[in-house]
Amino acid sequence: MSKQRKAVSLISGGLDSMLATRAIMEQGIHVEGINFFTGFCVEGHTHAIRKKDKAKPKRNNALWVAEQLGIKLHIVDVIEPYKDVLLNPKHGYGANMNPCLDCKCFMVGKALEWIKENDFDFIITGEVVGQRPKSQRAETMPVIQEESGAGDLLVRPLCAKKLPPTLPEREGWLDREKLFEFSGRTRKPQMALAEEYNFTDYATPAGGCCFLTDEVYSRKLVDMWQARSDRDYELDDIMLLKVGRHIRPRPHFKLIVGREEGENKFLEGYRKIFTHLRSTSHTGPLVLIDGKLGDDDLELAAQITARFGGGKTAEQVDIEATFTDGNTKALTVSPISPAKMDPTWYI
Amino acid sequence: MYTLDAKRLLCPMPVIRTQDKIKELNNGDQLTVVCTDPGALNDIPAWCRINGHKVIDSQQNDDEVIIIIEVNSGS
Repeated sequence: MSKQRKAVSLISGGLDSMLATRAIMEQGIHVEGINFFTGFCVEGHTHAIRKKDKAKPKRNNALWVAEQLGIKLHIVDVIEPYKDVLLNPKHGYGANMNPCLDCKCFMVGKALEWIKENDFDFIITGEVVGQRPKSQRAETMPVIQEESGAGDLLVRPLCAKKLPPTLPEREGWLDREKLFEFSGRTRKPQMALAEEYNFTDYATPAGGCCFLTDEVYSRKLVDMWQARSDRDYELDDIMLLKVGRHIRPRPHFKLIVGREEGENKFLEGYRKIFTHLRSTSHTGPLVLIDGKLGDDDLELAAQITARFGGGKTAEQVDIEATFTDGNTKALTVSPISPAKMDPTWYI
Repeated sequence: MYTLDAKRLLCPMPVIRTQDKIKELNNGDQLTVVCTDPGALNDIPAWCRINGHKVIDSQQNDDEVIIIIEVNSGS
């Protein structure tokens, strides 16, 4: 009796990895999923911090896909090792701060470590030749195999017939003829296969599944590094970049202004580690201060805080500042006028 | 009965912490996970379903989500 072969599939939560996994399961391979959390992953409920988005599905798409496929999913925290990928990408960045090719090499490399530790035979991804301008081109396919160390243990079922046979195909664990030859940016073959597999509900994340592909998010990240003269970061730093208006009126501090109730509630969790301001005379946002305030800065921060609350047209607004040592200071200020809000302050 | 504090973490971190904690536990042990991200109310039970663990109870109040899991280490 032949040995039951086992594969691990990189599950992003999108359609392609779902199809690739199913295609391999159809050939009798035992498949389990793996999903890497870099800290920059976009989840359905990352956006649901905002109250207006609460009606949107809060599911984690990778978990949802695994459940639809009936496979186990291993979610791996790679926040720390991913820093080197983001800070020192050998192949550079995409349109924003997205190091897509290095990221793919890194994740396949991590999957290789995982299959060695867990006695699995090969790795699956949902990559399609020519689908993504940075990481899924004909030239980059072998780069990922080589730099990840996976070599021909890496199978891309959706475009396998466009690529040289891998070890699982050569050894007969997989029937190459039952794999696919998708290529390019068209989604039609995937849609047709989804229909064949009876997948009627799947995520189609606009702009990818990573915040680093987002222009505004990338700008906030670079601004944070510049302001600190240091490109290191912690998970809290990169989570806070996803929330609120970020306003930098002076190089040495910025304000993070909650835009609505859900964000204010989220920012509340950071009150003890940031100086924060809020109005005591009117409704208004919770405002965190990232950086050190000089003597003249507190007044300006209070004026900006007043500008974003219910007292924005009032003559005077009472603001309470609470410092990280627990001390407070009461100020009465006029909200800053829109004309004085320099557009370049908005990050 | 074991308790995991996953407050202030956004998903999937509560799931990852739950997954890592359960690796240390034995069959039949119960784990109470306390979170503040309402997404955990969907994600942790989904993770339990696909990995064979049993959700004994889940509840949400204004600020917290509390999920009680019985470990099935044979899954």
